[in-house]
Amino acid sequence: MRTSVCDIVLVGVGGQGVILLSNIIGKAALKAGYPVRGAETHGMAQRGGSVMNHIRLGCEYGPLVPAGGADVLLAFEPAEALRYAHYLSEDGIAVVNTYPVHPTTVTTGQFTYPSLEEILRPLQRVCNKLKTIDATKLAADAGNPQAMNVVMLGALSEYIPLREEELIEALSVSVPAKFLEVNRRAFELGRREV
Amino acid sequence: MVYKLQKIIAMKEYLLGNVAIARGILEAGTRVVTGYPGTPASEIVEALAPFARKYGIHVEWSVNEKAALEVAIGSSWAGTRAVSVMKHVGLNVAADPFMTLAYTGVRGGLVVSVSDDPFCHSSQNEQDSRRYAQFAGIPCLDPADPQEARDMIIYAFELSEELELPVLLRPTTRVSHASSDVEVGQIKGGGTNPEFTKDPARWVMLPAHARTRHTVLLEKQDAIKTALADVPWNRLVLRGNIGVIASGISGLYAEEALKQLEADISILRIGTFPPPDGLCSELLEHVTKVMVIEELEPVLEEYVERLARKHNPDLELLGKRSGHIPRVGELDTFQVRNAIAGMTAMPLLEVISVKEADEILPPRPPSLCPGCSHRATYYAMKKAFGKDAVFPSDIGCYTLAVRMGTIDTCLCMGASITLASGIRFAGEERDICCSIGDSTFLHTGLPGLLNAAYNNARITVTVLDNSTTAMTGHQPHPGTGFTVTGARTKAVSVETVANALGADFVVTVDPYDLNATIETFQRAKECQGLSVVIAKQLCGIIARKSGIRRRPFTVNKENCTGCRKCVEFGCPAIEFDEDSARINALCTGCGVCAQICSNKAIEVVE
Ligand code: SF4
Ligand code: SF4
Repeated sequence: MRTSVCDIVLVGVGGQGVILLSNIIGKAALKAGYPVRGAETHGMAQRGGSVMNHIRLGCEYGPLVPAGGADVLLAFEPAEALRYAHYLSEDGIAVVNTYPVHPTTVTTGQFTYPSLEEILRPLQRVCNKLKTIDATKLAADAGNPQAMNVVMLGALSEYIPLREEELIEALSVSVPAKFLEVNRRAFELGRREV
Repeated sequence: MVYKLQKIIAMKEYLLGNVAIARGILEAGTRVVTGYPGTPASEIVEALAPFARKYGIHVEWSVNEKAALEVAIGSSWAGTRAVSVMKHVGLNVAADPFMTLAYTGVRGGLVVSVSDDPFCHSSQNEQDSRRYAQFAGIPCLDPADPQEARDMIIYAFELSEELELPVLLRPTTRVSHASSDVEVGQIKGGGTNPEFTKDPARWVMLPAHARTRHTVLLEKQDAIKTALADVPWNRLVLRGNIGVIASGISGLYAEEALKQLEADISILRIGTFPPPDGLCSELLEHVTKVMVIEELEPVLEEYVERLARKHNPDLELLGKRSGHIPRVGELDTFQVRNAIAGMTAMPLLEVISVKEADEILPPRPPSLCPGCSHRATYYAMKKAFGKDAVFPSDIGCYTLAVRMGTIDTCLCMGASITLASGIRFAGEERDICCSIGDSTFLHTGLPGLLNAAYNNARITVTVLDNSTTAMTGHQPHPGTGFTVTGARTKAVSVETVANALGADFVVTVDPYDLNATIETFQRAKECQGLSVVIAKQLCGIIARKSGIRRRPFTVNKENCTGCRKCVEFGCPAIEFDEDSARINALCTGCGVCAQICSNKAIEVVE
């Protein structure tokens, strides 16, 4: 029996705005009348480490999405998508930003960063649908590469039971007014891309 | 980060657990808030700081948890509601006042909010603070989610006043750093006019008084149970003759698992310690088999086992000791579901793993920021001391530099200096250079330095002074000249303190000046007594926030021989491309790599 309307796992690299985005989704969900539960990564991992947030719409249990249970995996970075692929449900959708961020273990030459192909192939296998998007570039097109997370929000909006107005409203109370125009454009580019 | 409390207009808001706790503290009319930063607890104090003036509350970052708790105790004894906030290991630092506080009791409601960290997300151990409540003989509330955390802390103040005892609120990481829709109430003004009433038999713990108060505490144990008997956070649903008992957030995991399994299993959810004897025995008499589900220590399990001896001696009791529930790490619905399914012979969910993730992915551990001065300090330290010296270290961002070879120990706050002393006194003859951050130094490093001076420890102490408590989210401390509310205050100088405590050699140096830093470390190494090197440079994040911009650097490919020296330095802004180094957009312009490159290939971007 389902215990949540929609389970989302958001992953990325510390500093990419994962927490901000979870908060926007959470606020929008509240507007839409859903009970909502989220789990956030604060503290140590934020120093450029791998970051994972969970958000559960229409759920009144614990904040953690069980492994194999995510309806959507929203990945801000391709390697991180694969790192948390085991959270995806068989029927789930992975939405992946294809722009890689190399960890220091790669920049210092200890490890190599796999090709996009190698990352996407196993992802494709474990879920129902894989959507790739060059969100970092689209954010730059919108006028600010920092708005990558909002491009991803636009893409995500096609797959979750929240209305665009609810998301935009939550967005506008969460980011400084002077960035709102860029963010709206970023959202729209993301939405149209998927 | 400023957590928006005031913006709560609707009575239902999407709140972080810690902000919900802060909201509860405000609603309860608390007058004094103290604490020391520590993940996952820090946001509680941070969320309250902006409201200090408006509601007439004293909010402080204390120097350490012992100071924090003692300040809060003073306020309570003067008759106001007070709260002290810390992470689990912080309670070790505050354990001295905490234990005797149970004897003296309180006047104004006093809550100690202690966040546990199952899985050690950001901690050095997984201790269970419920044990502390049990040890001290005081009540403990164990919230399952942000709503309960907010509701419980308000109740905790009332309970504290009713019993004249401190109350421990014990959220865990997945409560403190969970967010959910939370219903809130009105904010009360701060209570009556406080006044300290002299009462030596109560507040002066001479042996004769202490013996009397110990008896008082023991006599209160029944009153604690009576008070907790019908709180709404202990709930029993009787179904089939198999049951689960789950505490705090494990209760939510268990409820979800039962729903998924559609299983006919009785459930008792526990939100208090001591647990309710009535509900527990009702369940125990109803079932033949029960599983106790909780994170960390088998605190509840041991309690249930004792009760079962009386109420159901034939009971089959499963939990941590039977190996059904892990004692290490945190739980989630997946694990709890499989534990319950296993108990009832239902099919288990298969653990999903994607093998490529283990095979091809590079690890992405957290690392020091680009341009972080700690990296430069450690580089210079290693140059001067060589890799064979002994490098005890401490708790802060700098512990992330463990791969540089200059972090040999990390035990608890402030232990670097004392461990270094002990290693020397044991007879270690190699050079010993320890490192400790500024906030940690002021937290518990001070007595360690004094101890080293007093007992003639021949060691070098490096204070990594970046003018902030960086790791926990950049809180101010006594060296910064600011309080938690942003008000100006006295700034203590690490250099003056080190001199006053008796160090033989005290030199402050800018770690971005690599040669000067190496040379200072060399002099410190030659010092025959206690030497202190203060490596002073703003934390990169604070520098950026305060508008400091340095010109970035770039690699001149013509001069780069591909020797990788700069790459090995480990700054995330330096990458390696086929045969030469490259500096990416993350460069903050600290200029240290340019000083490391012996081919003069790294230049400032003009
Ligand atoms: S937050 Fe500050 S102290 Fe911590 S790693 Fe970054 S620059 Fe260094
Ligand atoms: S100057 Fe060099 S060491 Fe400093 S931040 Fe830039 S790349 Fe990193």
